[in-house]
Amino acid sequence: MTRKRKRLYVLLLCALGLGGATALTLTAFQDNLVFFRSPSDITREAPPPERAFRLGGLVEQGSLQRTSVEGRPLVRFTVTDGAAKVPVAFGGVLPDLFREGQGVVTLGKLGRDGVFQASEVLARHDETYMPPEVADALKRSGHWNPAQGPAPAAAEWNTLNPARPGSGG
Amino acid sequence: MIPEIGQFALGLALVLALALAGFGLLGAQRAEARLMALAPPLALGMLLAVLASFLCLVASFVENDTTVSTVVANSHSLKPLLYKISGTWGNHEGSMLLWVLILALCAGAVAGFGRNLPSALQARVLAVLGLVALGFLAFILATSNPFRRVWPPAPDGLGLNPVLQDPGLAFHPPLLYLGYVGFAVTFAFAVAALLEGRVDAAWGRWVRPWALAAWSFLTLGIGLGSWWAYYELGWGGYWFWDPVENASLLPWLAGCALLHSAIVVEKREALKTWTVFLALLAFALSLLGTFLVRSGVLNSVHAFASDPGRGVFILALLMFYVGGGFALFAWRAQAMTPMGVFAAVSREGALVLNNLLLCSVAAVVLVGTLYPLFADLVLGQKISVGAPFFNTATLPLAAPLIGAMALGPLLAWKRARVFPALQKLWWVALGALLAFLLCLLLAGARIGPALGFAAATWLIWGATADIAERIALFSRPRTAWARAKGLPRAAWGGALGHAGLGVTILGLAGMGLAEDKLALLKPGESAVLGGYEYRLESIADAQGANFSARRAVVQVLRNGQPVVRMEPEKRSFPLARMTTSEAAIHSTPLRDLYVVLGDEREGAVVLRIHNNPLAPWIWLGAGIMALGGGLSLSDRRTRVAAPAPKAQGVRA
Repeated sequence: MTRKRKRLYVLLLCALGLGGATALTLTAFQDNLVFFRSPSDITREAPPPERAFRLGGLVEQGSLQRTSVEGRPLVRFTVTDGAAKVPVAFGGVLPDLFREGQGVVTLGKLGRDGVFQASEVLARHDETYMPPEVADALKRSGHWNPAQGPAPAAAEWNTLNPARPGSGG
Repeated sequence: MIPEIGQFALGLALVLALALAGFGLLGAQRAEARLMALAPPLALGMLLAVLASFLCLVASFVENDTTVSTVVANSHSLKPLLYKISGTWGNHEGSMLLWVLILALCAGAVAGFGRNLPSALQARVLAVLGLVALGFLAFILATSNPFRRVWPPAPDGLGLNPVLQDPGLAFHPPLLYLGYVGFAVTFAFAVAALLEGRVDAAWGRWVRPWALAAWSFLTLGIGLGSWWAYYELGWGGYWFWDPVENASLLPWLAGCALLHSAIVVEKREALKTWTVFLALLAFALSLLGTFLVRSGVLNSVHAFASDPGRGVFILALLMFYVGGGFALFAWRAQAMTPMGVFAAVSREGALVLNNLLLCSVAAVVLVGTLYPLFADLVLGQKISVGAPFFNTATLPLAAPLIGAMALGPLLAWKRARVFPALQKLWWVALGALLAFLLCLLLAGARIGPALGFAAATWLIWGATADIAERIALFSRPRTAWARAKGLPRAAWGGALGHAGLGVTILGLAGMGLAEDKLALLKPGESAVLGGYEYRLESIADAQGANFSARRAVVQVLRNGQPVVRMEPEKRSFPLARMTTSEAAIHSTPLRDLYVVLGDEREGAVVLRIHNNPLAPWIWLGAGIMALGGGLSLSDRRTRVAAPAPKAQGVRA
C-alpha cells in the first residue's frame, strides 16, 4: 500500500469515528437532555407528561409529610418559587441535607394529577448553599433583586408575597 | 513563625521556577552547556522550597494554629491526627499546594534520574515544568494563599466537612493529582520535542513510563473516588457522570490513548505527531479538570470549593499553557517525519483504532460535560445532561474498543492478518457467548448486563489467550514455564491491564442487575430482598468522637440462618451542623449487601436496602489495571530508559 493510500484510509477512519461520535451525541442529546423548570414555568406551560425534567425551588415551610402507601414509605412536600408551587411525591430516602425552607432540585416527571413524581431528590453537602438554578428562578419570579444584596434567608421564602407575579420570562 | 517560613519558601520556589524556565529555555536554544547545566539543580531547589512550604502547612494543621485562616476554616483541635494531616489538602488552598508539590517532585525526578537524557532535551523539559510551576505558584500566592493570617486568632477551627473525614478520601486527592501532574511531564516532553523538532524512539522510551505512571495513579485515584462515593454518599451508586467525575475521566481516556501510541513511537517510530498531540491533549484535559473543579462553573454534587476569581485565573493559565502548546504544535508538527511504515491491519493499526475510539469517547464525554455550561451562557437554557446521555452515547463506542482489545495484542507489528488471530481466539469467543447465554438464563431477559458479562469474559480470557500465545502454552507446553519466566514484565503488565478492565466490566455488569427496596420497619419486623431477609432488631442512640448518631441494628438471614449483623448509622456533627448517613455494607465476592438508614416516623424507621451483585469487582478491577501499569513500569527496558537513541527500533 502506498503512503497516500494509507493516509487516505486513516483519514477515512478518523472521519468515520468522529462522524459516529457526533451522530451518537446528537441522537443521545435529543432523548436525554434534562431541562430545568421552576414552579412558575410549569404553571405557565405544562411540560409533556412522559418527559423527565428537573424541578427546583424551595421546600415550602410546613409542607413536608412522611406517609406510607401499602407499607412503602412515601414523602410528600411542596416546591415553591414564591410565585407558584408544585406538589411533589417521592418514594425514597431524602438526602441528609433536605430541610423545609431550603433549596432543592428534584428529577422526575409530572403526573396527570399535577403531582410531580420525583425519582431523585438532590440537596447539597452545604446547608447555606442555594442551587444556581433555584437562585435564578427566584430572580425571575421577582423575589430577589441581586442588586439589593444577598438572597433573603431561605426559610422566609414561602411566607413572602410575590412582589411582581408573572414578571419572569 | 512557621507560616512565615512557609510563605517565604513559596516565594522562593516562585523565583526558582522563573529562573528554571528562563535559563533552561535560553540555554537549550543557544546550546550553552553552562546554562543548561543549571536546570537540574534549580529543579531540585524548587522541589526543596515547595516541600518546605508544604511541610510548614502540615505543621500548622497538626498543631492547629488558629492564626492561619486555612486552618481556622478547615480544621479543629479535636479532629483525629490522620484527618488533621489529610485536612491539609482537603481544602482549596492546601490542595493547590499539593498540586505544585507533586509537580516539583516530578521535576525533581526528571532532574535526578534523567542524567542519561540528552542535555538539551532535559533542560527544555525541566524549563517547561518550571513554567507550569511558575503559573500555579503565582496562582497560589495571588488568589489562594494558604498561609494568610487572621488576627485576633479564632478560639478554634470550624472543622473539616464530615463527609470528607474518611480514610478513602484522605488519599483520593494525592493519587488523582499524581495522575494529573504526571501528564504535565509528558506535556513538557511534547513541548520540548516540538521545540527541538525531533521525536525518536528514545523520546518514546522516556514518555511512556511517565504516561504509564500517571495513568496508573489516575486509575487508582478514580477507583478510590468512585468507591468513596459508593460507601460514603449512601446512594448505592458508584458513578454519577457528574462533571467532576468526568473531569477525571477525560485525562484518563486521553492518557490511555497516549500510553498506547507511545508504544508505537518507541518500537516503530511511527505515529509521532499523533503521540505529541495526545501528550498535549492529556495535560490540557488535566488542566481543564482542575479548572472545572476549582472554579465551580459547573453545577456539581461534588463541588466543595468554588470561587469565580480563582476560576478566571485558572482559565487564563489553561489558555496560556494549552493554547501555547497547541500553537507550537501547529507551527512545528511538520518537522516530525514518520519512519516506520505499516499496513492497516497490524499491531500499529489496532493501536490507531484504539486511539481513535478512546478519543471519540473522550470527545463525547467532553461535549456532555461542557454542553450545559454552553447552553446556559449562549442559549440561556438551564439544562442538565445525565447518565442516560452518557450511557447511550459512549457504550456504542466502547463496544468495538472492547472487541479490538483482545484482538490487538495478537496481531503482529507492521503487517498482520486478522483471520489467524481470530482463530486463536475461538475459545475466548465461545466463552463470551456462554457467559451471555448463562446470564440470560439466570437473570432473565436483561440484554445490557448479559452483554457486559460477555465483554468481561472476552477481555479476561482474551488477556489469558495473549499470554498463552506468547509462552506457546498449547503448541510447546513443556517449555512454557521457561518462556513465562523470560517474558518481559511489560507483556504481563499489558495483559493484566486488559484483564483488569474486564474485571471492572464484570462488576459493572453485576451492578446492572442490582435491585433495591425501601422498607418501613418497626423493631422485630423484616423485609426480604434478593433471597435475604433483613430483620430490624433495634434502633438506638450512639456516641462517636465528634458526633452523635442514631444506629439501627439489622440482622440479615438467609433461609432462616443468620448471615451478618449490619449497623447503618445516621450521624450528626454538632460542630459542622451536618448530618451524614453511614451505609452498612457487607461485602462478599459475589455481592454487596448495603443498608442505609432513613428517617423515623411513629416508632418505625425507613431502611433502603440494596442487593449489589459483584459490586466489589469494580474497584478491584481498577486496582488490577493500576497493578498492570506498575508491572509494566518495573520492566527492565523502561527502567534503563533510553541509553542511546540508535540501539533500539527493531526490537519488538
